[in-house]
Amino acid sequence: MDDTARQRASGSAPSALAQRRDDLSEIERAGRHRLLRRFLHNRPGVAGLAVIAILVLLAILSTRIAPYDWQAQDIAHRFASPSLSHLLGTDELGRDIFSRILYGGRYSLTIGFAAVGVSFVVGTLLGTVAGYYRRVDGVVMRLIDIMMAFPGILLAIAIVAALGPGLINVIVAIGINEIPGFTRITRSLVLSLREREFVTAATLIGGSDAYIVRRHVLVNLVSPIIVFASLRISTAVLVGATLSFLGLGIQPPVPEWGAMVSTARAYISIAPHTFLFPTLAIFVTVVAFNLLGDALRDTLDPTIRD
Amino acid sequence: MTQYIVRRLLLLPIILLGVSVLVFMVIHLVPGNPAQVIAGPDAPPETVKAIELQLGLDDPLPVQYWRYLTRVLHGDLGRSLTSKRPVIADIMDALPKTIELTLAAAVITPIIAIPLGVAAAARRGKPSDSGLMLVSMLGITAPVFAIALGLMWVFGYKLRVFPISGYGGPLWTLSGLRSITLPALTLAIGSVAAMARLTRSAMLDVLSQDYVRTARAKGLREWRVLMGHGLKNALLPVITVLGLQVAYLLSGAVVTETVFAWPGVGRLAVYAIQARDFPLVQGTVLVIALLFVVVNLAVDLVYAVIDPRIHYG
Repeated sequence: MDDTARQRASGSAPSALAQRRDDLSEIERAGRHRLLRRFLHNRPGVAGLAVIAILVLLAILSTRIAPYDWQAQDIAHRFASPSLSHLLGTDELGRDIFSRILYGGRYSLTIGFAAVGVSFVVGTLLGTVAGYYRRVDGVVMRLIDIMMAFPGILLAIAIVAALGPGLINVIVAIGINEIPGFTRITRSLVLSLREREFVTAATLIGGSDAYIVRRHVLVNLVSPIIVFASLRISTAVLVGATLSFLGLGIQPPVPEWGAMVSTARAYISIAPHTFLFPTLAIFVTVVAFNLLGDALRDTLDPTIRD
Repeated sequence: MTQYIVRRLLLLPIILLGVSVLVFMVIHLVPGNPAQVIAGPDAPPETVKAIELQLGLDDPLPVQYWRYLTRVLHGDLGRSLTSKRPVIADIMDALPKTIELTLAAAVITPIIAIPLGVAAAARRGKPSDSGLMLVSMLGITAPVFAIALGLMWVFGYKLRVFPISGYGGPLWTLSGLRSITLPALTLAIGSVAAMARLTRSAMLDVLSQDYVRTARAKGLREWRVLMGHGLKNALLPVITVLGLQVAYLLSGAVVTETVFAWPGVGRLAVYAIQARDFPLVQGTVLVIALLFVVVNLAVDLVYAVIDPRIHYG
């Protein structure tokens, strides 16, 4: 009989507990491996993740690897078609479109991640409070109803109208625009979780609300909310580009992709490539996040389907 | 169900009140002095003071809100700082054009989407089906402004069959029809894609039913099976989605109208923001939200009445 088994047999409480903890972490590790394997089998998802990784890397390294400075003008070669010296051609001021798209990725991706980060934190908090405390549920949900009375991007537009353009304001506006979705999904999950036996058990043994929420509710929310967040990043990127396109978000000459398309609009008849490539950049990013989100959904939460 | 309808109707004023608070706050979220922002950084103090007085910005917030609310309830949305006309007059000029565009898109959507969805379902698994599903995926993912510019480039600049922007007159005139085609198509493409996919899956559901097999077994032509048994039964979920789409088309109109210089409420809102014309911003946002809430409510109530299978808790 080895040591652990002997201790367990003799009923030594602390080491039995330690053993149980070891067993649990072993199960958790095995579970994580299984999830990873399932994710890696999802080819579109892996492709999406790879594309996102490349985009992030290119954006971070843009100032080092871009063939030209994103602001460098060369009026003599304006509207140049794609060639070896300018991979994606040049724009109305002779600036290299490839370099600008690389640099602009910083803005588009930051907006996507940061805005969803804002709505993730606020929405999950509101949804948990609403779902757990029935007394405030009505108030929170009416607030969400009011926010949802503004269709699509209208709330973001209204907020940007007040705050003015700029990266932070765009992130705040899109973040707020996305809060209702996170709140609603969290609330519905909490509503069903709080009826489960393990929550009742935790309440009966005298667990405080904060403890129960942290230890039993939030833990079980993480997977579905991460899936939802990954799907919303593509929307946030799209709304960010749309705001900039409308002239309400990031302003030219900063090469945010939507802002680039907005400027290119005036030259669409003479130089369609100036409009085509930033649009493709937005499109590839959105598709990549969608593929990743779908794959995460299939991996982490096969019960949720659109 | 009566309880559901009553509850929805009782909630309406609360939501509208909340919307009015948010819209009212737009001007007060402006960093610094809103009057200074409206007047511009170099404006003399007298001008700033005049704007403050005109908008009543020197009163306490609750007083300002109360005044705003009573004015709005009397149909007075203030005066535009740029056109100097009552905001409601500017909106009333623009609103019919937005409704026209939204309805045109709502009519186009099922006309294109349902045949596509049926065709895809009938050819399930064949290249034309996968191709169609791929294209519809692109239609759902692509940014509205990209679709708009793409259509503009192909049909406006290359083929020169439709005007690239502007309002050509009422729908029943030829120039009106031509000018609305590209904006309406742009607005509809997202819904077309979504609805085509939905029609396909609803059709596939129905086509796997026993009665469809029976219909085929008794020798009915495939066309009759698809139309008589398939589409007829697949249509309800599709129509349900169309109702919801109408409300969302309203919000898509902001981008579409701006790209095509379509003189509707959406473009007016974007113009107002760029011109920092806050009364006009508040008015347009309020009207779009109001329309959205009312259309959504109407759609929900109609479904509650016509579809007894929908259960409301």
